[in-house]
Amino acid sequence: MRMSLFGRKIGMTQIFSEKGNVLPVTVLEVGPCMVVQVKTPEKNSYSAVQLGFGDVKERRVTKPLRGHFKKAGVSPKAILAETRLVPGEEKNYQAGQEIKADIFKKGDRVDVTGISIGRGFAGVMKRHGFHGHKASHGTHESKRGLGASGACATPSRVYKGRKMAGQMGNTRVTVMNLEIVDVRPEKNIILVKGAVPGWKTGFLQIKTSVKTKKTKKK
Amino acid sequence: MSNIIKEIEKSQMKSRILSFTVGDTIKVSFKILEGDKERLQAFQGTVIARKGSGINETVTLRRISHGEGVERVFLLNSPKVGKIQLIKTGSTRKAKLYYLRDKVGKKARLKDEKHVAGLMEEDAESEAPEKNLEAGEKEVTSKTEEKK
Repeated sequence: MRMSLFGRKIGMTQIFSEKGNVLPVTVLEVGPCMVVQVKTPEKNSYSAVQLGFGDVKERRVTKPLRGHFKKAGVSPKAILAETRLVPGEEKNYQAGQEIKADIFKKGDRVDVTGISIGRGFAGVMKRHGFHGHKASHGTHESKRGLGASGACATPSRVYKGRKMAGQMGNTRVTVMNLEIVDVRPEKNIILVKGAVPGWKTGFLQIKTSVKTKKTKKK
Repeated sequence: MSNIIKEIEKSQMKSRILSFTVGDTIKVSFKILEGDKERLQAFQGTVIARKGSGINETVTLRRISHGEGVERVFLLNSPKVGKIQLIKTGSTRKAKLYYLRDKVGKKARLKDEKHVAGLMEEDAESEAPEKNLEAGEKEVTSKTEEKK
């Protein structure tokens, strides 16, 4: 089963491993998530659980959603999202149930999805790491520009996918196969090795890794 | 910084670290791995820089070994860094003594260098006054006491 939970990024720090080496870690606040709705193959033709994370004032929620939360017996949540399940598994869940960070264990691998920090309309040097042009020797008006964007009469157009300036960041990004270094379920905190997308307090989805089985066991 | 991160860092930090300042000469014993075996090695040198704060704090030691300048950087809170002994104190007007890299022989000395190894010979770590790393004042007073 691939369970996913929702959480928040708290920030990065470093801890010492058992061998005494420094590990860069990201601190994530994960859950507790409440099951707001269970979707069954009979009723919805697929199986999933709808999870809610992060408390929000009741008056900030629309009236129809307020009823939706009330039906599940859950206080209004800021984030509502689904996790797909294998058909049949949805029977293990009930609306109003709480799922905590302790479903993850130390040493597990997870995929973390979030919205990357937006950089706006960025040039090619920032967006793609181009080197730009010389600062002197006659260069003008193109110090940070790209060089050529293609050949001339053939093909007399610019190929698709040419790296150019444009919107950078503020997109959905998944970082895969991050190792869980520590789980502290009493505080709903997990530490993962490495960085995750987005800003501090940004919402994240933490999933059991899809690549876990392929990684070699030492 | 978030309280949660502070808490995590605090749990990783040592409860106390010997107080010393830039210009002192200290001896650091640290663990090194040889195959499967661990053993302690010591490095003695002048403190030429102290960088970072909290869990990130490092110290740069410089010494002349076989006529060649050697510098090592130690992460003070690392479990690999063991006992720290104060060997000499020295006064300085700079926070970073990078100028020592260009000096040789007698010019590479510091003012008021004084051996204190005798005083600190027993377990320096246990004798070190308990202190908060941020408490700069306390550090200064403890140092003047040592000088007396």
